[in-house]
Amino acid sequence: MDFELSNEQRDIQKAAREFAEGEFQEMAREYDRKEEFPRDLWKKACQLGFIGLFIKEEYGGQGLGILEHSMVMEEFWRVDPGCGNILLSVFGSEIIQLFGREEQKKKYLPPLPRGEAIMGTAITEPDAGSDITSIATRAKKDKDSYLVNGTKQFITNGSIADYLVVICVTNPEAESRLKRFSALIIETNRPGVEATKITGKLGIRASDTAELHFSEVRVPQENLIGTQEGQGFYQTMQLFNINRVIAASQGVGVAQGALDKAIKHVKQRKQFGQFIGAFQAVQFKIAEMATWVEAARALYYKAGWMIDHGKVDPKIISIAKYLAGEVGVKVANEALQLHGGYGYIADYDIERFYRDAKIVEIYEGTKEIEKNTIARELLGKL
Amino acid sequence: MDFELTDEQKAIKKAAREFAEGMFPEVAEECDLNETFPKALWKKACDLGFVGVFIDEAYGGPGLGLMENILIMEEFCRVDAGCASVVLTTLGAEFILLYGREEQKKKYLPGLTRGEAIMGMAITEPDAGSDVSSVSTVARRVNDRYVINGNKMFITNGSIADFLIILCVTNENEKVRSRRHSAILVETNRKGFEANQLKRKLGMRASDTAEIHFSDVEVPLENLIGEAEGEGFYQLMAVFNRSRVTVAMISVGVAQGGLEKAISYAKQRKQFGSPLGSFQGIQFKLADMASWIEASRALCYKAAWMVDHGKIDPKLISMAKWFAGEAAVKVIDEVVQIHGGYGYLGEYGIERLYRNAKLAEIVEGTKEIEKLIIARELLGRM
Repeated sequence: MDFELSNEQRDIQKAAREFAEGEFQEMAREYDRKEEFPRDLWKKACQLGFIGLFIKEEYGGQGLGILEHSMVMEEFWRVDPGCGNILLSVFGSEIIQLFGREEQKKKYLPPLPRGEAIMGTAITEPDAGSDITSIATRAKKDKDSYLVNGTKQFITNGSIADYLVVICVTNPEAESRLKRFSALIIETNRPGVEATKITGKLGIRASDTAELHFSEVRVPQENLIGTQEGQGFYQTMQLFNINRVIAASQGVGVAQGALDKAIKHVKQRKQFGQFIGAFQAVQFKIAEMATWVEAARALYYKAGWMIDHGKVDPKIISIAKYLAGEVGVKVANEALQLHGGYGYIADYDIERFYRDAKIVEIYEGTKEIEKNTIARELLGKL
Repeated sequence: MDFELTDEQKAIKKAAREFAEGMFPEVAEECDLNETFPKALWKKACDLGFVGVFIDEAYGGPGLGLMENILIMEEFCRVDAGCASVVLTTLGAEFILLYGREEQKKKYLPGLTRGEAIMGMAITEPDAGSDVSSVSTVARRVNDRYVINGNKMFITNGSIADFLIILCVTNENEKVRSRRHSAILVETNRKGFEANQLKRKLGMRASDTAEIHFSDVEVPLENLIGEAEGEGFYQLMAVFNRSRVTVAMISVGVAQGGLEKAISYAKQRKQFGSPLGSFQGIQFKLADMASWIEASRALCYKAAWMVDHGKIDPKLISMAKWFAGEAAVKVIDEVVQIHGGYGYLGEYGIERLYRNAKLAEIVEGTKEIEKLIIARELLGRM
């Protein structure tokens, strides 16, 4: 066992913290208000090498692990979750790196860390959320291409992406529901792709979210990820194993950021003639918040480390994601509470953290789905 | 980073599990009922090398770490926390190991691992619980001896120990309260020493607890732990940094054992035509329980690893202790709940878990004290 970060990991963490503190703070409020993706920030982050750390060197990345990527995510989210999601401009590249053919990796991966392309993954549909196997977007074989029709909902980077990994039905006749799907790469400039940006989200408003319509979108057969159809569901599960750890790091980041603000506030704010941090009730809150954060961090470190060492454990991953999401929401709530009325107005940023935190309990599998996964691992099929 | 146990640690854990599963069940209920310490079991545990694994080889131990000690503790408590008190016969040995003089180490430590002696530490008094520095048992210097007078309360192993480390006031006039105390080793066969076993504890009834009276108990000056008087409080804090991790692990073990019982019951018990475990209401409970345990374990392992690597972090230790304690109480509450009426009856051993779990939130620093420590580390003195 060894619970210490390596020097390289520490350097990455420090660099990420400095970048976020230097660049995010000023614009966070503005991008939240405008609901706009911070393109300049994303470019800078690419230049500094923060984007796509886990992409192999031969495809233009740094060849590091999911753990390092998650650690950068934590530091970014600690300063601002919305801006922090510039790291999601590689969302779905995991699926290409894991299952894509060599020419797909060469074509689609290198532009991501260079800041020349943004991607996303389109899984959810209006009527297919947690129940992924009810996805209905259809990719029908037509000679040497697919014709794609359907609607995707809540797609991160949907209106800014250059290409998307889209989960579609390719084999509706397959007996097992799990074998009916395939993952296709769809460039967003293809005729028939229409993205409508969703505004008015509760939080992470600097992160782009869109509804997508595919109407007779023609995609060459070579855009199928992997070499055979029917693998989409399993590929998605692998993607989730990775992205749930990353989401867990987001929960830890938003919680740590909220805790930082709370500590600063209770050391400055005086009531009844003393700093509110001198009251035991406040001290207990702070102690509990810090403990939850520490526990959640320990779990995502472990889950990430295990993935990077080829020991993928969906139970640990789900535990990390579920607890980190809940910790983010609880800590942001307590941090706002400690700020009192000031916490309730935008000037103090904590209200934004309060709004931002909630998403981790919902995306990449709701916490209810995480619990299903954990229970299934504990009980087996009943 | 490395989240895997070494092969040696895995082997220790496995051996501890086999020993506990083989030996504890036949005596657990009886020891709980009769409130007796399982002496024969303790002897066997000593023979097999489970007791005092953190004691250096020079003093009769295997020279392992706190980590190995808590791995044994976890496995023992998984089967029965009361019986696991056989490992607590070295309670306070850290005083001697860390601060004792060479001749003290040679004299008192080897007997512990050989199964020839039991020890304990006597800190708490009727009026000095969390407020340790109000300990008032006095050790007065008279020529070449200390003469000790006072009362100690809730002392683990108090009525079965061969010797105890007593926290006493030696420097009454010292201005700083935390410099008034010293740790003195007292053999329990000395004149004026009286211990009364405390009966009808809520749980952990196989573990001995006593009230102790010192009435003009004389011990030689050489029984002072360390070189100088007035160090007792600081020595105690260092001992707590270790014993708190051990106690935290009692919680993890109890909770893990309970979870396993709940899982197996949920798979067997049928209601409404299907196993309890097929109901999502039960699945979510189990997922929550497993998550809290995993988080507790991660904190405990990290805290222990850090102690073993000379990086003692009282904040992390306190986090591990209160979080694991609370998690165990919550988990066992759900274990009883899932067992329904059967969980409420003594016959099934579940109600004993419910009673045993509570201890860790109180002993070795209440969870409230842990939170104060965490808050002080985060906020500084306010």
